[in-house]
Amino acid sequence: MKWLTIPIMVLFLAWMLYATSGLPSRGDPQAPASVYVSPFYIERSFEDTETPNIVTAVLADYRGYDTLGETMVIFTAGLACVLILMRKGS
Amino acid sequence: MIGRYESPIVQVVCSVLIPFIQLFALYVIMHGHYGPGGGFQGGVLLAVSIMLSRLCLGKEVSHRKFPPKLAMVLASVGMLIYVLAGLVPMATGGAFLDYAYLPIPWVSGAPLRYLGILIVEMGIALAVFGTLVLVFDKLVEER
Repeated sequence: MKWLTIPIMVLFLAWMLYATSGLPSRGDPQAPASVYVSPFYIERSFEDTETPNIVTAVLADYRGYDTLGETMVIFTAGLACVLILMRKGS
Repeated sequence: MIGRYESPIVQVVCSVLIPFIQLFALYVIMHGHYGPGGGFQGGVLLAVSIMLSRLCLGKEVSHRKFPPKLAMVLASVGMLIYVLAGLVPMATGGAFLDYAYLPIPWVSGAPLRYLGILIVEMGIALAVFGTLVLVFDKLVEER
């Protein structure tokens, strides 16, 4: 049954590539992300947060939940490394 | 594995450089509002200053200046700051991670969101700094 893994992976890869072909192309001005989401952030970020850097305002205020998850991933990865290295050393 | 570097030139130059690296790291953290920078980049620079002291000044001096247990404490405190900045607004009436409801009495509105972003960036910097120094210390530890 082990010979099944490679055909299944190839099938999965082909399925994913077919699914990504339906996304709008990068930088498309008619995509929903550039018509509804980007102008909202660009117009309202300075009056909402008073930070001139729109990237920091989006990362830490509008999408702060994702940054919380990212920091948790860094912390957990560090703890996992420490646990693995502790077993080998002492 | 880490011994004091033999050349006195390296020791003196590193001792002089470490506070400036830390100052620049604080500048990068604070300046994330106005240009490139922010919590992650500043945290890595802070960790680099401690790694430099571990490599050049030797194990005894460096462990006395910054003990390895302090790194884990600082990483956890950084995570705690970020999570508290999310939970405290829920207690005072807003949503999770809604910085406009942080209980700081003399600011409100958009400057309060500015302060909220700054608090969160400090938490991120501490978490990244503690994690990197912790992993480095475990890697070079001898039995």
